[in-house]
Amino acid sequence: MSTPDTAETEVPYGIPLERDHPFDPPAAVMALHRGAEMRRMRYYPEGREGWLVTSHRLARKVLADTRFSSTLGGPAQVPIPMPGLEAYLDFEGDFPLTPGMFIEMDPPDHTRLRRKLTGVFTVKRMKQLEPRIAAHVQDRLDALAAGSKPADLVAEFAVPVPAMMICELLGVPYDQRERFEADSRAIFTTDETGEGKQNAMLSLFAFVGELVAAKRANPTDDVLSDLAADPELSDEEVAGMAILLLVAGHETTAKMLGLGTMALLANRDQWDLLRERPELMAGGVEELLRYLTIIHTGLIRQVKEDFEFEGHQIKAREYVTVSVQTANRDEAHFIDPEKLDVTGDAKGHLTFGHGVHQCLGQQLARMEMRIAFAGLIERFPGLRLAVPAAEVPLVTGQSFYGVAELPVTW
Amino acid sequence: MRIIADTEACASSGMCALTAPEYFDQDDEDGRVVLLAEEVEDCDDEVADAVRLCPASALRLGP
Repeated sequence: MSTPDTAETEVPYGIPLERDHPFDPPAAVMALHRGAEMRRMRYYPEGREGWLVTSHRLARKVLADTRFSSTLGGPAQVPIPMPGLEAYLDFEGDFPLTPGMFIEMDPPDHTRLRRKLTGVFTVKRMKQLEPRIAAHVQDRLDALAAGSKPADLVAEFAVPVPAMMICELLGVPYDQRERFEADSRAIFTTDETGEGKQNAMLSLFAFVGELVAAKRANPTDDVLSDLAADPELSDEEVAGMAILLLVAGHETTAKMLGLGTMALLANRDQWDLLRERPELMAGGVEELLRYLTIIHTGLIRQVKEDFEFEGHQIKAREYVTVSVQTANRDEAHFIDPEKLDVTGDAKGHLTFGHGVHQCLGQQLARMEMRIAFAGLIERFPGLRLAVPAAEVPLVTGQSFYGVAELPVTW
Repeated sequence: MRIIADTEACASSGMCALTAPEYFDQDDEDGRVVLLAEEVEDCDDEVADAVRLCPASALRLGP
C-alpha cells in the first residue's frame, strides 16, 4: 500500500483567516479547497475532528440535506478561535434554543416560524419598497455631499442605509439604534466572550420585548406589529424573530456596501462599466456577492446520527463547516472565478446559502445594494480612496468580513 | 415541458420569481411559489436556471 503524502493526510486546525489580499480568500483556504472537496478538520477549542467542505458541488449538497442539522450541540466546536467556549466542553446535548431564532432550528420548527415572515420579503414586496430604499439612499448621499472630505463611507453610508431600512420595515425607531447596535455587534464579534454574547442577547430581548408590548397595545403598519398580533406566536418567539431580522438585516448589507465599494474602486474599469451601463447593476451585485463572500467563516452544521456521505463515514455529533468563500471561487462552477467581472455570470453563488435556510432577506439585500451602489456611482462618479488601499482597516474577527472604515474623497 | 412545483418543499426564497418572472410569482401571504404558466418551451434558459437555483429543490420539469 502506498503512503499518501503529508499534505493530504495532515488535518488542518480550523479555517485560516489571514489574508494576503483584501478581496481574495486566504491562500491557505484555497490550497485546502484545491487538495480535496471535503476533508477532516480540527475544531476549536480542543481539536476535535469534524469536516470541512470546500467545493461548490458539495457545499450545495450539504446545505440542501437536512441530515446536516442547523441545531447545534455540545461539546462546543467552532472553526475559528472564540473565547468562552470552555464552559460548554462537557456539554453533550443540543444547546438550548433561543425562542424565535429559527436560523438554528430544523424543520418543522424552522418552517413554522420562517413562514410567518416569508410573505414580507417576496420579490414583489421588495419592489414596492424601492422608493423607500431610494429615499434613504438619497438622504445619506445628500449628507455625504454636504459634509467634509474625506469621509468615512462605512459610518456615513454603508451602515445607516440598511439600518434605516430594516428599522422602518420592522417598526423599530431608528433614533433608538444605540440600544441595539452595540449588542448586535457583540453577538457577531468572535473575540467577545460567551458571557458577553449572552448578556448582549438578554439586553436585546429586553429592548425588543418592550417594543413588542408597545406594538400590541398600539399596532402600527410594520412587521413587529404583525408578529405581535399573531396568536400562534409567544412573546418570546416574536422577540427572537425580530432580533434575528434586526441583526441580520443590519450587519450583512452594511459589510457588502463598504467592501463592495472598495472592490469597485480598486477595479476602476468595473466601476466605470456600472456608471456607463446601469443595466449591468443587477448582475454586478450578484458578482460582488460571489467575489467578496463576506460570510468568510462559512456555514456550520452538525450531524445527529451516523451516515455515509460521498464515500465518507460521518459520525453523530461531528461538526461540518461549509466554506462558502471557496465554493464561490470554484473553477468547476464559475468561469474565471478569481476575477471581478460585473458582466460575468455569478448565478448560483452561495453567499445567501442554499437549502431551506437560504437567506430570508436576500431580496431586500439585493434591492438595497442595487440602489445604493447605483446612487453612489451616479452622485460621486469620481469617488476614490483617501488613503492607500493597504491602510484600509479590515475586519477579520467577525462572522462577516468587511472593512471597518473606508476613507473616501471625490 | 411541464413545470412542476412542490409548494410543501418551497422555502419562499424568491429565486424563481427573481430569475424567471414570466413563469413564477410568490404567494402574497407566505411567499411560496405560484406558477404563472404550466408549460414551457424545452429550451427556456430562465426557467432552467430557476429550477437549478431553487434552494429547496421544489421545482422540476416533466413531460
